[in-house]
Amino acid sequence: MRKVAIYGKGGIGKSTTTQNTVAGLAEMGRKVMVVGCDPKADSTRLLLGGLAQKTVLDALREEGEDVELDDIRKAAYGGTWAVESGGPEPGVGCAGRGIITSINMLESLGAYEECEGLDYAFYDVLGDVVCGGFAMPIRDGKAEEIYIVCSGEMMAMYAANNICKGVMKFAQSGSVRLAGLICNSRNVDNEEQMIEEFAKKLGTHMIYFIPRHNDVQRAEINRKTVIEWDPTVSQADEYRGLARAIDSNKNLVIPTPLEIDELEQLLLDFGLLQQA
Amino acid sequence: MTKAQKLVQWDPHNIKAKMLEKYPPKVARKRAKQIMINEAQENSTPEIVANVRTIPGIITMRGCTYAGCKGVIMGPACDIVNLVHGPIGCSFYAWLTRRNQTDGINDTHSNFLPYCMSTDMQDTDIIFGGEKKLETAIQEAYDLFKPKAIAIFATCPVGLIGDDIHAVAKKMCAKFGDCNVFAFSCEGYKGVSQSSGHHIANNQVFTHIVGNSPTEKKGKYKINLLGEYNIGGDGFEIDRIFVKCGISNISTFSGNSTYDKFASANQADLSCVMCHRSINYVADMLETKYGIPWIKVNFIGAEATAKSLRKIAKYFAEKELIDRVEEVIAEEMPAVKAAIKDVLPRTKDKTAMLFVGGSRAHHYQELFRELGMKTLSAGYEFAHRDDYEGRHVLPGLKVDADSRNIEEIKVSADPELYNPRKTAEEVAALEKQGVDFKEYGGLNPIMDEGTLVVDDLNQFEAEKLVELMKPDLFCAGIKEKYSIQKLGIPMKQLHSYDAGGPYAGFRGAVNFYQEIDRLVNSRIWSYMQAPWQKNPELSATYAWE
Repeated sequence: MRKVAIYGKGGIGKSTTTQNTVAGLAEMGRKVMVVGCDPKADSTRLLLGGLAQKTVLDALREEGEDVELDDIRKAAYGGTWAVESGGPEPGVGCAGRGIITSINMLESLGAYEECEGLDYAFYDVLGDVVCGGFAMPIRDGKAEEIYIVCSGEMMAMYAANNICKGVMKFAQSGSVRLAGLICNSRNVDNEEQMIEEFAKKLGTHMIYFIPRHNDVQRAEINRKTVIEWDPTVSQADEYRGLARAIDSNKNLVIPTPLEIDELEQLLLDFGLLQQA
Repeated sequence: MTKAQKLVQWDPHNIKAKMLEKYPPKVARKRAKQIMINEAQENSTPEIVANVRTIPGIITMRGCTYAGCKGVIMGPACDIVNLVHGPIGCSFYAWLTRRNQTDGINDTHSNFLPYCMSTDMQDTDIIFGGEKKLETAIQEAYDLFKPKAIAIFATCPVGLIGDDIHAVAKKMCAKFGDCNVFAFSCEGYKGVSQSSGHHIANNQVFTHIVGNSPTEKKGKYKINLLGEYNIGGDGFEIDRIFVKCGISNISTFSGNSTYDKFASANQADLSCVMCHRSINYVADMLETKYGIPWIKVNFIGAEATAKSLRKIAKYFAEKELIDRVEEVIAEEMPAVKAAIKDVLPRTKDKTAMLFVGGSRAHHYQELFRELGMKTLSAGYEFAHRDDYEGRHVLPGLKVDADSRNIEEIKVSADPELYNPRKTAEEVAALEKQGVDFKEYGGLNPIMDEGTLVVDDLNQFEAEKLVELMKPDLFCAGIKEKYSIQKLGIPMKQLHSYDAGGPYAGFRGAVNFYQEIDRLVNSRIWSYMQAPWQKNPELSATYAWE
């Protein structure tokens, strides 16, 4: 089983990209479990066709110790499994601690066992690695391949660089590796070349460039992944392409994060200078 | 351990070097500043570094901020419900372990000390926040006991997840109307030692309680006794003496104290500070806001007790009190003298080490002096530089980041209640007669030349000191007790007094003489070596041979 975690700046499209890609993997016949690590519990909405599921932490709170795998795991599109870790309302408690608890819970319930026949476990993690809890999926060999979703915008690249620092820290003591950058295009000038260069400097590669397309939005309104909503549109092929790229990816590295000056210089070289 | 094994003369520099020799260079450099040789220097007194972070890896004697706030300051007050917001261990292991006593329930107040109350936070409370559970617990405590006040204490996780305990306290306080609810942000990790917990407690008590009493307290010579925690009944003995002298103790902070006593502290005419470290903040605030001057007192040691009583009498400057105090001293002293006459031949010239608290390492030297014993080395766990060198160093103290972390409250003269008890002229006149206001000389000046003063001693250094100097008695707390005893040295706990006490005042002094006589003259320590340690070779034969 390959264990994959998707990180990236808040709002960059991690959940959308993850679910659309998972749909592509499912179409290829892969067995996938998606674990949403966001207290908002909206990481599996497109695969499930709605938000209607009980989170791991809800189950733990209501059922006490007596939780079963079926209480927290729902069958979703294309034979995938969807799990939401859940967490507190904004501004109270400790969401990080919640993620630690729920991932441990999944393990103790045997969600990752051989007999489940999983090809992939995907962790969709909230925003930046702000504290220990959100780093949980990359600790102790829980996730081994990290993909970072980014775009050519300054803050997205800044966040990606920061996440690389986290990955580097855990990579030195464990099995986690950076597997590539996924560029979710925002139509920034020279975006593809800039992210390719950025990826090279980080020691990795840009695994796929997803062009911007309104079909993604249309599918989301219908609570579906693009592939489910209309398998014939061009954007569906883009996600199939990303799914294939991930499926055949062997490029796993310990990242080399950039100094802030270096990062800014990259933006200058590719963005502003060529415009001027 | 026999006398013959002892070194005849120590070179303190040599001892210090031996204590430091095993440390890595950076640690040794830091510790060197906290190990001070008490010796005269040209034009200056030696400086010591105190109230700084313990170096990670060192097994310190210190406690945490929560221990200082809940355990030390608020723990002894008997009719305030102490509710700990946190995992159950923080509450259970801080429950009555200091042996502070109360006179129990009577017609004026309840006694909640026999109860251990906690929100018992679980994993789910950490994840989803514990405010609702705290609210329920406060309600439960209120319904059960109908107390005058409920104090809420934050433990480490509460600070990490950001439960707003002050908002909950405020809400419940408004809801009840007849019960004061207030909270302490005393998470264990704040500050460098329990000292920051004392400060936090002092601030909240002053903000939420002092000045709230609706009743006027009667009495001719009204004082507050600050920094006396009634360990083993010390406060009872001091109060007995006060009553005998005709001095009215309005409020003790906080041994056997009650909500109403705290609330009346503003009605006293003099604050007497026992433990300077833990409570000098309150003494200063009482002076600024209400005009009550403070003096340093010490009721540990019979001579010190007499001296403190005379100081109080001098302050009030009335013949009636001055005479009465002399009568009491004359009445009490014969029993003390008789006791000392009995033990002195056996305790004279014995040696002791004291590493305890923020004032006890100083105060107890009075008793050892009365016993003819010499203090070889002493130090505090959590004191600041002024407790070692005297308050004159205060203006020069730098406020570091750790201290800034603790809320500093601004207090100004109360527009209605401020009433300076003495005019500037009276103060000047009293000072001429030797009544020092706002003055504390610290530990160093009372110690002999060439003794070692060590701040924040740790287990390694304690064992080293014992090994090198072989004292007849070691005084510290429970964490040190058994490791010291295993070295064959009698050990007296001066935090909780083991099972003994009181040791304050006149009768307490007699108790202490007898206890120390028993400890330093016990033969049990000579039996430390087991027979097989003396004769390790055993001989035997196989059964089939």
